[in-house]
Amino acid sequence: MKTTPWNRKDLLGIQDLSPAEINFILDTATAFKQVGQRTIKKVPSLRGKTMVNLFVEPSTRTRTSFELAAKRLSADVINIDTSASSLVKGETLKDTALNLQALKADIITIRHSAAGAPHFLASRLKASVVNAGDGAHEHPTQALLDAFTIWEKKGKIAGLRVTILGDILYSRVARSNIWLLTKLGAHVTLAGPSTLVPRTFEQLGCRVTHNIDDALDGADVINLLRIQHERQRRSAFPSIGEYTAVFGLNKERFARTKSDALIMHPGPINRGVEIDSEIADCERSVILEQVTNGLAVRMAALFLCAGGA
Amino acid sequence: MNALHIKDGRVIDPANKVDEKRDVFIVDGKIATSAPQAKVIDATGKIVTPGLVDIHVHLREPGRSDKETIETGTLCAARGGFTSVVCMPNTSPTADNTGTIAYIKQRAAAVAHVNVFPTGAITKELKGEELAPIGSLKKAGVVAITDDGHCVQNNDLMRRAVQYAKMFELPVMDHCQDYTLAADGVANEGYWSLVLGLRGWPAIAEDMIVMRNILLAQDTQWQIHCQHISSANAVNLLREAKKRGVPITAEACPHHFTLTDESLKTYDTNCKMNPPLRTDRDRDAILEGLADGTLDCIASDHAPHCTFEKEVEFDHAPFGILGLETELALSMELVRKKVLSLPDLIAKLTHIPAQIVRLKKGTLSAGSDADVTIIDPERKWTYDVGQSASKSRNSPFHGWQLQGKAVATIVGGKMVWQE
Repeated sequence: MKTTPWNRKDLLGIQDLSPAEINFILDTATAFKQVGQRTIKKVPSLRGKTMVNLFVEPSTRTRTSFELAAKRLSADVINIDTSASSLVKGETLKDTALNLQALKADIITIRHSAAGAPHFLASRLKASVVNAGDGAHEHPTQALLDAFTIWEKKGKIAGLRVTILGDILYSRVARSNIWLLTKLGAHVTLAGPSTLVPRTFEQLGCRVTHNIDDALDGADVINLLRIQHERQRRSAFPSIGEYTAVFGLNKERFARTKSDALIMHPGPINRGVEIDSEIADCERSVILEQVTNGLAVRMAALFLCAGGA
Repeated sequence: MNALHIKDGRVIDPANKVDEKRDVFIVDGKIATSAPQAKVIDATGKIVTPGLVDIHVHLREPGRSDKETIETGTLCAARGGFTSVVCMPNTSPTADNTGTIAYIKQRAAAVAHVNVFPTGAITKELKGEELAPIGSLKKAGVVAITDDGHCVQNNDLMRRAVQYAKMFELPVMDHCQDYTLAADGVANEGYWSLVLGLRGWPAIAEDMIVMRNILLAQDTQWQIHCQHISSANAVNLLREAKKRGVPITAEACPHHFTLTDESLKTYDTNCKMNPPLRTDRDRDAILEGLADGTLDCIASDHAPHCTFEKEVEFDHAPFGILGLETELALSMELVRKKVLSLPDLIAKLTHIPAQIVRLKKGTLSAGSDADVTIIDPERKWTYDVGQSASKSRNSPFHGWQLQGKAVATIVGGKMVWQE
């Protein structure tokens, strides 16, 4: 019997995972990606299990991706959106969680504006909890799908130079990517305005620069983050226009990047802000492949956490 | 005649520079020089000190008696060895009017286990907009004014408040926090807030107001007391100001000199307080500040919150923790760490805080109120918050092995707690 390096109930973040665990999810995702290429895109792995998509912060693409991933594994899926939920009527997260437990939900996928909300649920529930993004903390499946995409295209992660550009301070995508990429041996450069890319990030094993040319020079992967208006409660730069002028990936800067550098973005993209519209659609852009790979990675995460093995 | 004879203890009475084995006598609620036919309490192996004084507690009454009441909060104090507490005005209604002060005093007279000294608000409803009736509050019996939990942002208003309070000889206490810098922060801005994705509350938000208060204290030549100092730079600013003779005082809380922001890594809302837990460097600076007198006294900021309020997402939990029952033991750790001598520690828990708010407390001088605490310095115990006298359970120190405990608390000659 093969021993799996995965015995977690929950996927709360990348920070706690070992490289072996990360690689195991990516390997599992490879198998599930093939499912999505078949005529019948469905396997019975989670038949009879119920997944609740608890989205306390609005999201369309991540919720849809989790929903489709669960359905491809034959799980039953319920979506709870913040607008319809009792959370806005004053029910606490604890009570919502206990109600979901009473309904015998097997998996809870949670998106929440408060960092640590998935940990709050995981420590109180028998159900598996999968973090679909918590505040500015982590978004583990995004980092896994980013790594999966890089790995498919480049055949490796270790030794690659990955630049993450944009609003790092308020980004859970950045944090999960930093943990994952550094654990697997990539060299991570963070770039953006000094107000959004504090030097403290160097303590996470990253290089920090505020010079866009320096950040792009020699990068194998360029991951552009969306400028998150909703999380920047105070203005961290003067205007979107100035951001684009100083940090936007325009054609001139793009021309100086390595000829095989991948262009990535977790979406939704702001065309003409952090990325020139044509670059978003160019052949080196893998933005839509990230979306496809997101399904495979989320199937793997749900399958491993919910005891499919 | 009601008399006690506390026998053979090590008496530490820093106000009188006493640290020796001797007896303490109590007659009719006052410290006496002898007490024939008194009931004898054997204090062999124990430390006998003036009753401990905590100038920063939240008793939550009136308004939030589900969190705490004057009765339960003062029982926490008694168990913790405190005989006098100064309670903050962020009650409901706010203690910005004489009626609320009268109510607090009346309730305290009826149910309190220890002496309760109320503070009044600096501004109406703690809004930082208009001065509260400070003169009337003084007449009603407040010992200081503060907008604790809030901070007057308007420098002109704060300056007038200090000038005005000086006329009534009322110290002004301040929760030092610049709102534009602290904004909606929930954790110290630094490595851990970054890793945990929590919004940062930078130390400079405290430093800025500490500096403001130093300048105002100098300008008005009246005492401003900076509450719960948490930042290394603030300690340095205070040290420098005190050297120049600026009339400024400051307190430190046990949680700030015991814990750091690393404690937040499990998102434990019992480690969420305002000001937040900070770094090792800040904690070390607070220890140095206590050692050299920059930080005058220790106070708990006892802040009870219901479990259902704390058992929520970290962002949404209220700030604050219980403190009165663990304060002495956590403070005695400073003696074991050689930060303070035992007499210096006792001074920071007795006559110094009493002097800050001009209470005739904190000494064992003959004729003074017979508030006495008997401490077993060797006693090892485990804090079980489930057994707390508080109505709340919000302590990060639950399950901690502690050393040093009040074994008897005497208020006005009456034993209010003994074990």
